[in-house]
Amino acid sequence: MTKKLIVNPSWCKGCGICVEFCPKKVLKVVKEKITVVNYDDCIKCGLCELRCPDYAIYIEEVRDEE
Amino acid sequence: MPSELILKYMREEHLPHIWCPGCGHGILMRNVAQAIKNLGIDQEKVCLVSGIGCASRAAGYMDFQTMHTTHGRAIAYATGVKMARPDLEVIVIAGDGDCAAIGGNHLIHAARRNIGITVIVFNNDIYGMTGGQYSPTTPHGEFGTTAPYGNIDRPFDIAVLAAGAGASYVAKGTTYHAQQTIKLIENGIKHKGFSLIDCAGICPTYYGRKNKKGGAVEMMRYQRDNTITVEQAAKMTREEKEGKLILGKIAENDFPEFSDEYQKIIDRLKEGK
Ligand SMILES: Cc1ncc(C[n+]2csc(CCOP(=O)(O)OP(=O)(O)O)c2C)c(N)n1
Ligand code: SF4
Ligand code: SF4
Ligand code: SF4
Ligand SMILES: [Mg+2]
Repeated sequence: MTKKLIVNPSWCKGCGICVEFCPKKVLKVVKEKITVVNYDDCIKCGLCELRCPDYAIYIEEVRDEE
Repeated sequence: MPSELILKYMREEHLPHIWCPGCGHGILMRNVAQAIKNLGIDQEKVCLVSGIGCASRAAGYMDFQTMHTTHGRAIAYATGVKMARPDLEVIVIAGDGDCAAIGGNHLIHAARRNIGITVIVFNNDIYGMTGGQYSPTTPHGEFGTTAPYGNIDRPFDIAVLAAGAGASYVAKGTTYHAQQTIKLIENGIKHKGFSLIDCAGICPTYYGRKNKKGGAVEMMRYQRDNTITVEQAAKMTREEKEGKLILGKIAENDFPEFSDEYQKIIDRLKEGK
């Protein structure tokens, strides 16, 4: 299984909570919408998902292709 | 596409919710869904009851058996559901106003009876929905639209109130400490008698603005930097605890549960004793 960081800007209200508490500075709010600026630094810790009031960011487990 | 958790436990067609940007209620509502998922409870066996308020809108968003009732009366309706269907997991989501102002009497008597429901308080220390009036949990000296010169009331500690009234499981969570709060909600739901989890909320729109606490990020930071555990709090003086939030279990007892006691009477009378 591989973990993937997914964002759904259409549900994002730009509150900035995920940006502030991301331990790796992966995220930024651009024009009031969540944007991934450093995907490679993301450690898939899921803290953004836990604290997003609008369920606009989350970690998905995807099956590895054989 | 939202996450699996949201797809399963929320009514996706009603999302995004209408809560303000950065409103802590969204985080707390996710915690409730995650706790139910972790416990593996059958979704059809959960009855979620709420009253009126921003917090109470959760019953519209969450995909269980749900009842969105009247202001302050969620615990009364939940008591009725539990007495008719003791097999259901009955959960109330309530705001601080809903639960401790207009609904305060229902709260203390449900706790006294130790009826097996779980109350999760989204406690943002203010009436969010109606425009920022002070509530029974607004701290002394803080501001609301109805306390323009500072609140002269002393606040209720809802958790201590519930424990004092006889609730058999009581804990305090915060919006910032999501992982720990999920665990406390799980423990509250698993517990057999009346459980209450008082969760420190975040209302940036009214509480934040009226009290110059900044926006959602600043309010979350405040929770991060000012939360102490129940164990730490036990060693501190009242002055030292001023402005601090407490995280953890406040009380746990195995008092007899109300719907069980009622069933015992039915069984006894059936036997003709
Ligand atoms: C009987 C009755 N009285 C008053 C109101 C107005 N009212 C609606 S919500 C509310 C308080 C909301 O505060 P709280 O319960 O803390 O929830 P929040 O909006 O902060 O989440 C009040 C007073 C009402 N709807 N019904
Ligand atoms: S998963 Fe962790 S590291 Fe990745 S964006 Fe979210 S908070 Fe940052
Ligand atoms: S926490 Fe959620 S709503 Fe807030 S900025 Fe991040 S993705 Fe957007
Ligand atoms: S008024 Fe306050 S409690 Fe209500 S949705 Fe807005 S931020 Fe949340
Ligand atoms: Mg409130």
